[in-house]
Amino acid sequence: MYTLAIDTSNQVLGVAILKDKEVVGEIVTNIVKNHSVRLMPAIDYLMKEVNIKPSELDKIVVAKGPGSYTGVRIGLTTAKTLAWSLNIPIIGVSSLEGLAYRASFSNKIICPFFDARRGLVYTSLFVTKENRLVGIKEEQNTLFADWLERLATLNEEVIFLSPDMDKHIGLIRDKMGELAIIPDQALHIAKPTDLAIAASYKEAEETHLLTPNYLRLAEAEANWLKTQKDKQNG
Amino acid sequence: MKETYILGIETSCDETAVAIIKNGKEIVSNVVASQIESHKRFGGVVPEIASRHHVEQITLVLEEAFTNSKLIWDDIDAIAVTEGPGLVGALLIGVNAAKALAFAKDKPLVGVHHIAGHIYANRLEKEFEFPLLALIVSGGHTELVLMREHGKYEVIGETRDDAAGEAYDKVARMLELPYPGGPHIDRLAHEGEITIDFPRAWLEEDSYDFSFSGLKSAVINKIHNAKQKGETLKPEDIAASFQASVIDVLATKTLKAARQYQVKQVIVAGGVAANKGLRAELESKFADTDIPLLIPPLSLCTDNAAMIAAAGTINFEQGKRSDLTLNANPSLILR
Ligand SMILES: [Zn+2]
Repeated sequence: MYTLAIDTSNQVLGVAILKDKEVVGEIVTNIVKNHSVRLMPAIDYLMKEVNIKPSELDKIVVAKGPGSYTGVRIGLTTAKTLAWSLNIPIIGVSSLEGLAYRASFSNKIICPFFDARRGLVYTSLFVTKENRLVGIKEEQNTLFADWLERLATLNEEVIFLSPDMDKHIGLIRDKMGELAIIPDQALHIAKPTDLAIAASYKEAEETHLLTPNYLRLAEAEANWLKTQKDKQNG
Repeated sequence: MKETYILGIETSCDETAVAIIKNGKEIVSNVVASQIESHKRFGGVVPEIASRHHVEQITLVLEEAFTNSKLIWDDIDAIAVTEGPGLVGALLIGVNAAKALAFAKDKPLVGVHHIAGHIYANRLEKEFEFPLLALIVSGGHTELVLMREHGKYEVIGETRDDAAGEAYDKVARMLELPYPGGPHIDRLAHEGEITIDFPRAWLEEDSYDFSFSGLKSAVINKIHNAKQKGETLKPEDIAASFQASVIDVLATKTLKAARQYQVKQVIVAGGVAANKGLRAELESKFADTDIPLLIPPLSLCTDNAAMIAAAGTINFEQGKRSDLTLNANPSLILR
């Protein structure tokens, strides 16, 4: 059984092919380049390299966000169209869960996060139970400073993972002190193989209904809802 | 002879559309999911919201168009898609869906210019005769395009500022008409009288370019001044006078170009081609010539994928191909 996993939800572009649970190929780049131009050629290259035709694929796995709105949509559009046209199941995996897998060997709380500008982050908390990651906090778009303060009150060690670590490491140290565990660089980059492993514990979704996990309304919609509310309150 | 079936995808603005066309001329299936209801509350198309809707709709629309066609994948010769111009985030959905489909089904991929699509909407009604002149008027475009053969476009005139449709939308907003304003102005214009002599931007003697920003400002000033003086202007009369200025320039320049290039057909395309005032003016101007005037039915004037598949058929037949690096190009040039 061949699984194709795709991640363009953040700066990392990741494509992986697994045969059952064995990784047969993976491409990961962490550079500022256009996902729309590079995703299909990367899939094409990897499929040819491992000698698999599209019709031999059995499952598509995709990072559904949070992250870059455009990036998430490029991955999801590609994945959904592949799944629909090949008539195979699709599974969307949270980009935060995918990243958290980088520390799934530990027994500590794992906090993956992506920068969401203006002091905000997309984040969540995971722990490992029986070799599987389990989310223990709902994913959210929140002020990182507030989030860290609440986290510090747990008085437990927390592993932080993020491609945007440089921007936030000061704040983490400030709020969490010795409780913050920040691993080496390589572990902050999400791997598409992790998405495929995460997906192996999940049920397939209805292809048409799979939608991005933005964690945030479009600005115009948020403003519109606010005006409606203000109107109601007179 | 084997039939040619092209599947087209269009997501350049606020319609998610997929169609299948036979031999470039015959609609096999044509599905358009419009987002207009969603954008109404914002008074215009919000790019981020448009992209969100496209990604939710794309496989549903693909499935409906493909199922309706009763074809099998072996029948399909190529996948055509709008690569530009348009809203970049919206275009990206169609482009990436098209690439995934071309890859999964091992089909050639053909990028199509949105305006070429609007022109080729007419070929679904009547075969082209060259040279032909196309007037494209929509929310984003006002262009005169000369074609001497299939697949080759010479832009002989274009707007230097606002598109005609843009001017319509802005004037509609001044008159507090709901979005999209174009059809409302057209309706009001028929109930009013041309009482105000708004300016017409003819530009240089030999130019086929257009300009509508001066007219737009003149309308705004007129409304403003009347308000300050406490006068009441009938919105119907403003609409009629504004529309008269727009269509006078459009029709006059189109006729002049048609004569100069001795064209065998004049084609009207784009969303504003649905405008009754424009249709009537062009029809009367061309009535005493022997140049046939082609205006597609309403459903083919607005954005759809049948037109993209129709234009894509020509690109396919001419051996034009895109590869998997195809990207959305919001400012793609027609040539
Ligand atoms: Zn259009």
